Amino acid sequence: MLKRILAIFRARNIEFVRDRSSMSWNIILPVVLMFGLSFIFGGPERPEYRVGVLQAGEELDKDQHPFLAMRYIQFVVINDEAAGFRRIARHQLDLLVQFDEPRSYWVNPDSSKGYFAELALLQSENAVSHGIRKAQITGDAVRYVDWVLPGILGMNMMFSCLFGVGYVIVRYRKNGFLKRLRATPVRAIEFVIAQVASRLLLIMLITSFVYIGTKYFLDTRMEGSYVALFLVALVGAVALLSMGLLVAARATSEELAGGLLNLFTWPMMLLSGVWFPLDDADVWVRQVANIFPLTHVLDSARAVMLDGATLIDVAPALVSLLLLSVIFLSMGAAMFRWRPT
Amino acid sequence: MIALEARKLVKQYPSVLAVNEVSFEVRAGICFGLLGPNGAGKTTTVEIIEGVTPATSGEVYYFGKPAGRKFREEAGIQFQNTALQDYLTVRETLEMFQNLYDRHADLEHIVRECSLEDLQDRDNRKLSGGQRQRLFLAVALVNKPRLVFLDEPTTGLDPQARRNFWELVNRIMSDGTTVILTTHYMDEAQILCDEIAIMDVGKIIAQGSPAELLRERYQSVIIELPIDDLSGDLGSIEHRVLESQGMIEISTDDVDSSLRELATHAKGLNRLKIRQPNLEDLFLELTGHSLRA
Repeated sequence: MLKRILAIFRARNIEFVRDRSSMSWNIILPVVLMFGLSFIFGGPERPEYRVGVLQAGEELDKDQHPFLAMRYIQFVVINDEAAGFRRIARHQLDLLVQFDEPRSYWVNPDSSKGYFAELALLQSENAVSHGIRKAQITGDAVRYVDWVLPGILGMNMMFSCLFGVGYVIVRYRKNGFLKRLRATPVRAIEFVIAQVASRLLLIMLITSFVYIGTKYFLDTRMEGSYVALFLVALVGAVALLSMGLLVAARATSEELAGGLLNLFTWPMMLLSGVWFPLDDADVWVRQVANIFPLTHVLDSARAVMLDGATLIDVAPALVSLLLLSVIFLSMGAAMFRWRPT
Repeated sequence: MIALEARKLVKQYPSVLAVNEVSFEVRAGICFGLLGPNGAGKTTTVEIIEGVTPATSGEVYYFGKPAGRKFREEAGIQFQNTALQDYLTVRETLEMFQNLYDRHADLEHIVRECSLEDLQDRDNRKLSGGQRQRLFLAVALVNKPRLVFLDEPTTGLDPQARRNFWELVNRIMSDGTTVILTTHYMDEAQILCDEIAIMDVGKIIAQGSPAELLRERYQSVIIELPIDDLSGDLGSIEHRVLESQGMIEISTDDVDSSLRELATHAKGLNRLKIRQPNLEDLFLELTGHSLRA
């Protein structure tokens, strides 16, 4: 059995490595992903608000008011009152202030950012007048990039698992290669395991490469152990690959397989917490999300990376993923069709 | 010893009965030919036996037992239309398939026998039609099979390549391997097959050795003459007459009298031929249509 699995595993790897276009896409995409993330989330801190300061000269005197020393606000000197009003009206500025007499400020009542910028201005006015006591709470912020990185890696893994395996099997079935294998002693489960193993190797290499790259370029947070994170990724990839095999078990055309794969991937992308947390979502949404393997992968990865969860902490999720893998693999092997008709 | 037995195989598709209670036995060590025109049901029959197409009903026995894993391990199959993995070389393809079996043939010997020595490092996708057929045959031999299925193996090959293929099949059979050949080339069947079964519209219509079948049907020879050379009808000729591809064919056991009668009805006999009947004639007679129709 092992010999047959290794024979198909090796042949599939050779096929993948020599398919230059597919190989380069699988390498280029993670590199683009890594540098895209570095570009989007790297670099200096960005201001949240834009405030115009109406004055005569070009030089902004930051000492004239404590508001001008506030963080996350970009101050822009405005010399023309009408131009300033126009930019407020069009939400291109959140607030326009004038510290020269008569001291005034202008805000667009429909602008939510203008509302908060106004509060910040009044806060700084109060601080000047009444000397509000200040208390400090320290702690490193969890940056969005730290939170979203597992989501992006998981999403990339999901697409690679489902489409990578699904399309290949449908192509093999369509061109008759599966029919040829059917006439050998190879069992469906042996073929299926070989396909999973081959894709798993590729996915783990690529995901590790992207993770190491983002760690290096973005200094992403890692509170737990790398072994635990690796196991989460490994078991998660097996579950997603098994799901891909189940989808491809009977599909006879790329069009049908594509539709079915989209049916699985899009709900996972929306409901598994790739881009935003689901803590505030309705209970039923969270219950539906728990069916998807990607939800367990992302929750476990974030627990390890952000909260320092141990292998024991994520064991229940790993067991769920393994259980899903067994179910998907068994169903896939049982439903497996060697021929298009 | 019976190597293979098909018992009442039936394959019913929604709109067509492709195989209709087909039964036959194949003795070990012979070449058994399944003949018939395209669409006769021979490929479906063979694929049911190979286990790649499920039968609606019927059974297949391999050396007296229901065909199972032992059959898969010991059978070599060359499909009419199949694909191999892209980007693999000929050598890698052979090694991959060989590792799927417990039985192993000597790859070097197979490569030599199938004339693949110079193609071992070539990508499967870059092989010509004839080279692909030789690779398909080599793949069918990697497990040192006791039984080899060849499904339309010479379709699309040029005459020289066909003759080379026939020699190769004879070499395979020389060590006792049983061959089951499907073809619509009657000359191929006549040269290679010890026994044949002729199929038409899903049924076997004749079965036996080519010589036996021809002897049973014909005690006569066939006279051929272009229809254009006839001056009128053949009313007074009582022998069996067939028209095919612009020729009139007269089956007779009295050549002298037939020639005399023909001379009175023909413009000339310069293009007349006399020959022994062959399987093509037999098929025409049995079904009323050409094998390649």
